[in-house]
Amino acid sequence: MELTKEVREDITVITVNGDIDGATAPQLQEFVVAEITPNCRIFLDTSRVEYMSSAGLRVLLVLYRKINESKGTVVLVGVSSDIYDAMSATGFLRHFTLVDTFEEGVKALTS
Amino acid sequence: MISRIDTHPTHEYKGYKLRAGKLQPFGATLVPDGVNFSVFSMHATSCTLLLFNKGANEPLIEIPFLDQFRIGNVYAMTVFDLPYENIDYGFRFDGPWEPENGHRFDNTKILSDPYAKVISGRDVWGRTPDWDKPYPYRSRLVIDDFDWEDDRPVEIPIEDLVIYEMHVRGFTKHESSGVHVRGTFDGLREKIPYLVSLGVNCVELMPVYEFDEFEHSKRSPDSDELLMNYWGYSTVGFFAPKAGYAATGKFGMQVDELKNLIKELHANKIEVMLDVVFNHTAEGNERGPYISFRGIDNKTYYILTPEGYYYNFSGTGNTLNCNNPIVRGLVLDCLRYWASEYHVDGFRFDLASILGRDQFGAPLSNPPLLEQLAYDPILAKCKLIAEAWDAGGLYQVGSFPAYGRWAEWNGKYRDSIRRFIKGDKDLVGDMAQRIMGSPDLYATRGPTASINFACCHDGFTLMDLVSYNEKHNWNNGENNNDGANDNHSWNCGWEGETDNPDINALRFRQIRNVASILMTSQGIPMILMGDEVGHTQLGNNNMYCHDTETNWFDWRLTEKNADLLRFFQHIIAFRRAHPVLRNRYHLSQSDYIGSGYPDISWHGTQAWNPDWSANSTALAFMLCGKHARGGQAQDDYIYVAMNTYHDALWFNIPQLPAGMQWHMSVNTSMPSPQDIWALGDEPVLGEQQNILLGNHSVVILVGR
Repeated sequence: MELTKEVREDITVITVNGDIDGATAPQLQEFVVAEITPNCRIFLDTSRVEYMSSAGLRVLLVLYRKINESKGTVVLVGVSSDIYDAMSATGFLRHFTLVDTFEEGVKALTS
Repeated sequence: MISRIDTHPTHEYKGYKLRAGKLQPFGATLVPDGVNFSVFSMHATSCTLLLFNKGANEPLIEIPFLDQFRIGNVYAMTVFDLPYENIDYGFRFDGPWEPENGHRFDNTKILSDPYAKVISGRDVWGRTPDWDKPYPYRSRLVIDDFDWEDDRPVEIPIEDLVIYEMHVRGFTKHESSGVHVRGTFDGLREKIPYLVSLGVNCVELMPVYEFDEFEHSKRSPDSDELLMNYWGYSTVGFFAPKAGYAATGKFGMQVDELKNLIKELHANKIEVMLDVVFNHTAEGNERGPYISFRGIDNKTYYILTPEGYYYNFSGTGNTLNCNNPIVRGLVLDCLRYWASEYHVDGFRFDLASILGRDQFGAPLSNPPLLEQLAYDPILAKCKLIAEAWDAGGLYQVGSFPAYGRWAEWNGKYRDSIRRFIKGDKDLVGDMAQRIMGSPDLYATRGPTASINFACCHDGFTLMDLVSYNEKHNWNNGENNNDGANDNHSWNCGWEGETDNPDINALRFRQIRNVASILMTSQGIPMILMGDEVGHTQLGNNNMYCHDTETNWFDWRLTEKNADLLRFFQHIIAFRRAHPVLRNRYHLSQSDYIGSGYPDISWHGTQAWNPDWSANSTALAFMLCGKHARGGQAQDDYIYVAMNTYHDALWFNIPQLPAGMQWHMSVNTSMPSPQDIWALGDEPVLGEQQNILLGNHSVVILVGR
């Protein structure tokens, strides 16, 4: 898994490239936690994630909770249909805002 | 924060870092930087832990529990730095092979953890297994950290329940279900709006503990069908949900998926009851496989004959030794786990009388397990329901040790209502008892001890009850010898499906009659999935082995038999709207309020003069609305008249208090939509003194 970050329009864009599972999830957590500041706006691009294990979903929820604690917001973009189905069936989906494009993400994060 | 000392290893074995484990809790528990394993055996001489890469045949490592890692009869060890998502684990026990003394240790077998919370090996329903796998049912690790938010068990008063008995796979497996992933927990979740529209407020799920649908599987002798264990009354793991019922089972996420289903059912005010099978396991008799208990401590876990063979009170090969103190602990741990981690609202215990037998199989007058469950603090608000008989001849309907908590599947209600509606002789007195919540059986326990039903998964569907005189189980491959013979069914004039409109009309009327009586009886009604839309199993009364469309809920029936579905929706709504139908304590048949009417009064074709004779085919009763819930609630008056005669009968209706009028709620001999009226829309009855009931029909009036 590779992680990159850039800041666009005051929004922290984090791009994940590769699977998120028990082995890589801690790395993702550490990377994103470093970006959490009060009122942060985080745009998590998972369009290059083919597989997300139960540990991966859990890390997403942990990050969501941490971002909420800092009064920040997070959106996910590019969630594959397989991952979407797993998130839906297991209830993780209800916590997240999913968008298709960066522009939609900006709208969701600033609304 | 200072790190704990016990987060650091003290030992090493072939590169794996270890330390002496925590003995409690049993099973595998994720701890900081490691996994704690704890397992019991009284008679073993040694134990090793095997760790596998997910699905692999050869273990990564086999680690012996050091001597100092055992305290009492418990082996415990923490292993550090395990990639928990990709690990399967198991145990190997050494000990005596002395079947005559009850010991069957075999150190060639790899055994699953009795406390495994996820079991892998049958991850996708029906996918042909590799039969040569040395370790087929594989313990796995799980994090119990589901985000329940504000959810907790619903705690609906038991007298207010309307139970819907259902099969998770069968509910949405049919192509017509239209759900995303058919036959799964998630599919069921998608269909919650249907359950809400039906009006039930409790789903009782047939077994969802991990089982092997391929157990005893075989090709049908007269078709190519693969006969399977479709029902699942054969547990492989008591703590693990059935992976094959989860859309996400292939990812090992069945725990979260089932919890998510329960959370959403709760959000819709629907309780979840699990049908649990503690009377036996999937290990069968002495010819059965080693899965777990047999190789861990056979003598502790099973009831054995003096020669060391398995007693078979369950009819399936073995009998779990439920009143051994160790096994009691396992059962209690298991139920507490499901109540606390899954927020389950109640349990229905399959062949529960076995839970009241001692270690030698004799029935106990004060079974410690049943008492313990009744008084347990975590289970305190759970519904506990017994199937109060077993296959060893113990029949305890009415006498199951209850401790003020236990309810029973009332088999007598089932038999009485079946015989009554077909017009059997000498049934009106008996039916009156059933309608009152069976005070003859549950004098001190109240009507809430009685789960009333006409049909359940075991036996005919309601449609088949009125379409077949005999069972038709030929495609089960047992020469039609399996399944019950005393069905008390009546085919209404033709065996099986027919185009005869008169017969079909009578059948649908009989179904409505059953629903009407069931929903106006004191006690807790239970209906079988599909009965509300006229599901047929083509006369098969023992469908345990068929994973076919005949067994699945056909959603097209919700349109084809929309009239019947409408009737069920309305009759359930009627019950839920009228507290006078849902008393917690027995009716007294007297007027203790001063309303001028007894709480329940009995009538026949003449008001106030029921005919209790053997040839009577007419029975009616009136509930006084002022006596609802012991006088604590105000309700309408309700009059129910039942004609089981083959011709129409006039019924003389009891008079209401001045100023009130009878309104028509149900008349099963009328065509839809006049068979039942929506709440509040009931028309005033033109003729208030008498009403004509068509042959085999039921009328319900409300007085207000």
